[in-house]
Amino acid sequence: MSSIIPAELRYTESHEWVRANDDGTVTVGITDHAQHLLGDLVFVEIPEVGRTVTAAESCAVVESVKAASDVYSPLDGAIVEVNEALADKPELINEDPYGEGWIFRLKTTAALEGLLDAKAYEAIAIAEDEDDEGSLANPKLAD
Amino acid sequence: MPFIPHTPADVQAMLAAIGAPNLEALFDEIPPVLRIGELPALPEALNEWQVSRLLDTRAAAMPRPLCFLGAGAYEHHIPAAVWEIVGRGEFYSAYTPYQPEASQGTLQVLYEYQSMMAGLTAMDVSNASLYDGASALAEAVLMAVRANRKSKSKRILMPRALHPLYRRTVHAIVHNQGIELVELPYDPVGGHTPVEALATYAGQDFAALAIPQPNFFGTLEDVDALTDWAHRQNLLAIAVVNPTALAVLKPPGEWGGTGADIVCGEGQPLGSPLSSGGPYFGFLCCRQELVRQMPGRLVGRTVDLDGKPGFTLTLQAREQHIRRSKATSNICTNQGLMVTAATLYLALLGPKGLEQVAAACHANTRALVERLTQIPGVSRAFNRPVFHEAVLKLPRPAGEVLDGLLAHGILGGFDLSGDYPELGHALLVCATETRDEADLQRYAEALAEVV
Repeated sequence: MSSIIPAELRYTESHEWVRANDDGTVTVGITDHAQHLLGDLVFVEIPEVGRTVTAAESCAVVESVKAASDVYSPLDGAIVEVNEALADKPELINEDPYGEGWIFRLKTTAALEGLLDAKAYEAIAIAEDEDDEGSLANPKLAD
Repeated sequence: MPFIPHTPADVQAMLAAIGAPNLEALFDEIPPVLRIGELPALPEALNEWQVSRLLDTRAAAMPRPLCFLGAGAYEHHIPAAVWEIVGRGEFYSAYTPYQPEASQGTLQVLYEYQSMMAGLTAMDVSNASLYDGASALAEAVLMAVRANRKSKSKRILMPRALHPLYRRTVHAIVHNQGIELVELPYDPVGGHTPVEALATYAGQDFAALAIPQPNFFGTLEDVDALTDWAHRQNLLAIAVVNPTALAVLKPPGEWGGTGADIVCGEGQPLGSPLSSGGPYFGFLCCRQELVRQMPGRLVGRTVDLDGKPGFTLTLQAREQHIRRSKATSNICTNQGLMVTAATLYLALLGPKGLEQVAAACHANTRALVERLTQIPGVSRAFNRPVFHEAVLKLPRPAGEVLDGLLAHGILGGFDLSGDYPELGHALLVCATETRDEADLQRYAEALAEVV
């Protein structure tokens, strides 16, 4: 499975992508690789605008027919805008993960340099494809 | 017959496969202090006929008093067909089956149950049930704290007139999660939770208000005003209701301007016998927007690849086998057998039958209160309308009066002095549709003698 990993974006090990905007904010979503693993999304719980978050804090949930997974903030900051369209069309994340499927916009002063570049993220994605065990879309079912 | 199917050889084979030398080694991560070891108080095993004889003897020695006790569990007539059908092999399992979709009949029963409960409460969604009414309220509280995004608080307004055991159960389940229950006083004249008492809390941050209907005193609350107050203050409204009463009262989905948000209660009145306190079942319903915060199993109706209708467990991403520690609850079961009985009970009675039951309960309780309050020294404690229970003031301690009544073969009600000492000698009485004229007369005569 090969997934799209745009070179101009930054990434996290937990499969978020980060785009730097001109106004000093960053836009966050989940990667093409992540949406492939999750399968068809049926629900997205978006955060509230105005919420202050710290890096690696859980602030959204993406739910597919087979799994639910937390989305973590890649950086410290405040949420200034959320993608309301996901409430009715969670499939936007499957169809266009880096465009229409964005999840939230963060006002932050943190530097992006600490995040993964496309090459480093690709290595993680490839390693996961080879070893499906423990990936976010493959929770072990137990009761 | 052995109840553990593994032979010693099976056990040895399994231990060998996982590389454990013996059973001791398998369990060695459980600290010795937590292990029971010997059970010296356990009597010697009896064989089947010895057990039958022992239980027959004990059952025969049990008094069968005439019951005027409610306080959360109610004696109703259960049509004979209900438990005849529940006892069929196809239904006789208390559990949601593993590989549930293979059990279409069981899923259909749960789906019918959910549909009936949603109809009765006028809510969008019902789950497949919880353990009992008290734990259902605890789940409703947890759900409200998660769901109310306008509130940052973990505080819940809980009327003192709500069932004391429910309040204690909720406290036990939620207090270690930092959730605080704030008690609302009741009106000493009406026995209800006055909206005016809420004024103190206006503008403060709470996640939800619990609204009992009827409340523990049997009194009807001003549910419209309470629901609207909660919503104006950005609180969720949790309705705690008696399901029989809903046949004659406004359903929670229609309370106030926009209806309650979460509805819960004890399902025992719908087809479960009193049975010394259980098993019963809890019900939990909510608005569609809150369904992802709902705990418990949900059955949905769908179509298979060939377009044929079928039933399935749905929205499972809420549950612990998928969401793990972030699941909406660690309850992954339901009271399937009691729910099957409730489904049959509701189906056999129909809306009209349930309404007749509710109306008869109300009429009998009114007639009972009228007779009893003619006895000198006995009066009503509150003046507001009731459903099928009422509080009486007595001239003597209720405990003594109840002992006296029991000597007449009458279970006279619930002594309120332990939970509500401020009420003095107060007794909660109930007369369901199973009581007739002669029963009421017998109670009145006995009480006149005892007080």
